[in-house]
Amino acid sequence: MSELTNKSLTELVSLIKTKELKSEDITKDFIDNCNKGEKLNAFVTNAFDHALDKAKNFDKNPNLDCLLPGIPLAVKDLFCTEGVRTTAGSKMLENFIPNYESTVTNNLWSEGAFLLGKLNCDEFAMGSSNETSYFGNVINPLKDNVVPGGSSGGSAAAVCANLTPATIGTDTGGSIRQPASFTGTVGLKPTYGLCSRWGIVAFASSLDQAGPMTKNVSDCALMLEAMVGFDPKDSTSINKKKENYSKNLSKDIKGLKIGIPKEYRVDGMPSQIEELWDKGKKILKEEGAEIIDISLPHTEYALPTYYIVAPAEASSNLARYDGVKYGFRSSKGANLIEMYENTRSEGFGDEVKRRILIGTYVLSSGYYDAYYLKAQKVRQLIKRDFDQSFKNVDAILTPSTPSSAFQIGEKKDDPISMYLNDVFTVPVNLAGVPAISIPAGLDKNKLPLGLQLIGKPLAEQTLLNIAYSMEDKINFKLDLNKWWEN
Amino acid sequence: MVGELVDKDNSKYLIKGKQSNWEVVIGLEVHAQVSSNSKLFSGSATKFGAEPNTQVSLVDSAFPGMLPVINQYCIEQAVKTGLGFNAKINSYSVFDRKNYFYADLPQGYQISQYKNPIVGEGEIILDLPSGTKKIGIERLHLEQDAGKSIHDIDPSNTFVDLNRSGIALMEIVSKPDLRSPDEVNAYIKKLRSIMRYLGTCDGNMQEGSLRADVNVSVRKEGDTTLGTRCEIKNVNSIKFMQMAIDYEAKRQVELLESGKSIDQETRLFDTKKNETRSMRSKEDAHDYRYFPDPDLLPLKLSEDFINKIKKNIPELPDEKKKRFIEKFNLTPYEATILVSDIETSKYFEEVVKDSDVKLAANWIIGELFALLNEKNLEITQSPISARNLSKLINLIKDGTISGKIAKTLFELMLDGDKDPEILVEEKGLQQKSDPKELENLIDGVIKDNPDKVAEYKSGKVKLFGFFVGQVMKVSNGTANPQLVNEILKKKL
Repeated sequence: MSELTNKSLTELVSLIKTKELKSEDITKDFIDNCNKGEKLNAFVTNAFDHALDKAKNFDKNPNLDCLLPGIPLAVKDLFCTEGVRTTAGSKMLENFIPNYESTVTNNLWSEGAFLLGKLNCDEFAMGSSNETSYFGNVINPLKDNVVPGGSSGGSAAAVCANLTPATIGTDTGGSIRQPASFTGTVGLKPTYGLCSRWGIVAFASSLDQAGPMTKNVSDCALMLEAMVGFDPKDSTSINKKKENYSKNLSKDIKGLKIGIPKEYRVDGMPSQIEELWDKGKKILKEEGAEIIDISLPHTEYALPTYYIVAPAEASSNLARYDGVKYGFRSSKGANLIEMYENTRSEGFGDEVKRRILIGTYVLSSGYYDAYYLKAQKVRQLIKRDFDQSFKNVDAILTPSTPSSAFQIGEKKDDPISMYLNDVFTVPVNLAGVPAISIPAGLDKNKLPLGLQLIGKPLAEQTLLNIAYSMEDKINFKLDLNKWWEN
Repeated sequence: MVGELVDKDNSKYLIKGKQSNWEVVIGLEVHAQVSSNSKLFSGSATKFGAEPNTQVSLVDSAFPGMLPVINQYCIEQAVKTGLGFNAKINSYSVFDRKNYFYADLPQGYQISQYKNPIVGEGEIILDLPSGTKKIGIERLHLEQDAGKSIHDIDPSNTFVDLNRSGIALMEIVSKPDLRSPDEVNAYIKKLRSIMRYLGTCDGNMQEGSLRADVNVSVRKEGDTTLGTRCEIKNVNSIKFMQMAIDYEAKRQVELLESGKSIDQETRLFDTKKNETRSMRSKEDAHDYRYFPDPDLLPLKLSEDFINKIKKNIPELPDEKKKRFIEKFNLTPYEATILVSDIETSKYFEEVVKDSDVKLAANWIIGELFALLNEKNLEITQSPISARNLSKLINLIKDGTISGKIAKTLFELMLDGDKDPEILVEEKGLQQKSDPKELENLIDGVIKDNPDKVAEYKSGKVKLFGFFVGQVMKVSNGTANPQLVNEILKKKL
């Protein structure tokens, strides 16, 4: 029966709606697969008993009039889940059990889905390889010595290895798109404000955005539709009518103008990436789109800008983890200050500490103007680049990452080279626009590479449609040898 | 000797030093709690004195993933207050994070307004014995209050109460326009008065609704540049503020006159020792790493929004005072006192609805205030209602009772806010103005005191008062003193 887990989310939903499948059958199969896939270390916490209960309850009285009827879903461990431990990949929250549910997961449950488990991620979503997690690194299902990307590495691995029908991640600088690219899956970062941030452990508030990670574009549209919605509890949430992304999914992209930014051709980029990019252009042309060369002149400043803005916000957002109210508290320390120092020294990992230090530094008096304020100005210029370009094009096509998945440990001690992995994804977060990564092919090591489509604010449907039409032509198939089951 | 005050009467507060007289320059940062049922960024209640940690939401305690949402009512209150200070309302303002670690600051930062406050420059007018003085307001901004650390419950543990965490405060920063402890007193009282009129802050200093940081510097009389200032933190009564300023100014003069300089620093006022002492120097000052809170969008106020609030601004103390003087013919002194507190002014207006204004002013400022003072009551708790005080005044005005009887009656009314008209009937306190009746009484007194009459007639005219007293006594004070005088003169 385990071939059930190979099916796409869309197929499973359809089989449930036609009553050919029971939620319990699906759930059992995924639990079975999850148990077999323990080596991947994709899960931090499982909610298998909860999922089975929910599945049985669903089957007793199935409500089919929803988007995700009877579907078990594992989610990134950055989403607070009521009664289920939420760690953000950190020792700091190792035993933290929220008594509230994030808006986004709540939206999924309202559409008939239920929680299967919590997926591993880089600590507080800070990382590009899932190696900073307190709960150990996740392994890429496609090769046993390769990272799945990060920070939503557990999510990407789980979708890739069929441990969950689909999932959700968060993307602050590429944390959905880069791991999607590394695992041959689809990942979308919505327009900033489309998904509520309420109940998601914050990394960098002005950049964080939740989004779907799926096996294909149809699943992506379905998940996105289920996640989004105005939330008065998030002041940055956009108040707009919900769109029917899945129903309106169309391969007709005739006449759309696609921009190709020259700045996304970087030194040392593997030739396969160039080739896949060209292939992408060719496909788009064949589908009737027009290819236009464009320039996003401030692209080269995006990465340094990002690594000022994000750590600055993080240094403040993570101040609440001080051992006073909840979470980890060091037993050492004779007074309040020592308790703080020990708690934060023992509770945070190196990468988190590094970013807190950077963030604290760039906000310090005397440095604020030179770093944070300057970065905010550059951020505006980067945003303006996109605004200008979108006067002439409907979407922009770029590679998702400058390389395929790298080896575990390869960049662990070289933060700069690790940060460089985000070079194509961070401009999108700085501008607040949506982007999707779809699998485009393999590199010479047989590891997947992704193409990224960047859209106008709130043009998720356009992005999904373009991706949908390309997906068909690219016809990418994952080759899972399931090494981890042996 | 340093510290002696000169020129006290001429309203100039100067400290006499060895070399010269020194002027004290004071600026205040007042923290006023916004009157609002819920907190600045959460729906938690704000009631004073609730059980610890019973008015705390997930937002107030900074749980992971919690986000602030601005309470529009608090915005309205801040705008209203700004309008009350005739201040510029900024249609664009920004909430910033002020980062520091403390156990009663769950987020690790306070949401405040730094570069772009909601209210800009304004002014308030002080009524001083020497006349009026304008004090500039630099700005008013909104911010969250912190929780409370309680150190005295347990010898080795600190307890934290987050009920106060997230409550909306208005920080009102004055220009360095104040020159004496008395001016500070007048300034705080005027701020408080305006906010109570507006209903934007109850001004209750005991409950901590109004607290202040005091900036003090000194300079030689006649100098125009400002000296180096020290900030005295969180002084929570006007009396302590005055004491702290007095001490701090003298300390600075002594330092300067002995050739030393003032370190810009934050100081604490020790109420027991009546002295300020250093808390932290400028070098040790916190680096708060202010930056715009990315969880909140900049606050944009439409003209319409501001105008709606403007329309609902009630009559404020300065206007009311003007009206009282013009309409009621009160002296500026009386008017100032009667408008200083909104509840007093309400009481007064209620009393004068149908009774004599002059008498009402006198009775409220005199008898009633003395009574409230003695019993330590607010005017809202007055044992005598405005309605009954008004009746009492009418009894005096129409001659039913004398002023003296009125005072007796006032005492009698205290017990359960009794109606003076009924009391007069019950106790027979009506003034006796019937000449026949009075003549009878006077005849009786003359008859009972033949020797005093003889003395009077032999030239001891001072005894006249004795006879008046006797008549009043036998009439239980109800005899009309004027008529008694007239008749006595004739009879003797």
